[in-house]
Amino acid sequence: MNRKNYTHPNPNPNYTSNNSMQSLHFIQALARINRAASKPTTPSCRTKQIRHAAYSSMAYTSGSRRKWSRALLIRLRQRQRLRARRLLTVRRRVRIVTPAMSLPEEPARAETLRRLVPGGRSMEYCNLLEEAADYVQCLRTQVQLMQSLVDAFSS
Amino acid sequence: MTITSSRITEAEINELISKLHALLPEARRSTRRASAAKLLKETCSYIMSLHREVDDLSDRLSLLITNMDVTSSQAEIIRSLLR
Repeated sequence: MNRKNYTHPNPNPNYTSNNSMQSLHFIQALARINRAASKPTTPSCRTKQIRHAAYSSMAYTSGSRRKWSRALLIRLRQRQRLRARRLLTVRRRVRIVTPAMSLPEEPARAETLRRLVPGGRSMEYCNLLEEAADYVQCLRTQVQLMQSLVDAFSS
Repeated sequence: MTITSSRITEAEINELISKLHALLPEARRSTRRASAAKLLKETCSYIMSLHREVDDLSDRLSLLITNMDVTSSQAEIIRSLLR
């Protein structure tokens, strides 16, 4: 799986094209949030918007290639729709749990991993491990990006 | 990856688990080979800490971008992030 690592005259070898796309998407979202800040928003509302933008950028960059990103996109859109209709009043909503496809020999700890990776509940154990690796990589990129921005705006 | 039979081979699972192991940061990696269960536990706690970091950084960003006038140095940093 080398889709992220094609050769590119990049002065910074740590950044691939996917990272650039993720950065661009997130920064554009931040700009939108900043422009909309003329309307009165509470800081906690803005924090939620930024958090939403962070997970959106992650999910859009991987797009439909990954099960976790597809599941995350669906979840984000549902939340957005509910929030627009002011129905998102409870933090934990009841959701229909599909029976987890656990093999008898997999360790019990995989249950926690299934909850943490979006869409993990209905994945086979093998896919879960693969998706988890990709999800971790994407999360790490997002955290690095946000840390760079915080450092940039703090100076 | 191809699944030739309905049973996933032990080797394939071990390969995926070692891939996850390689993603963990230095501090969480133990020097000797850890069991699969311990590795999964470490991965779970790593993912949870990354989620917390996203929340924390979102909080800090929300304070920083209010009344943001992007200076030229900040624009340069953003440009370098996008290159």
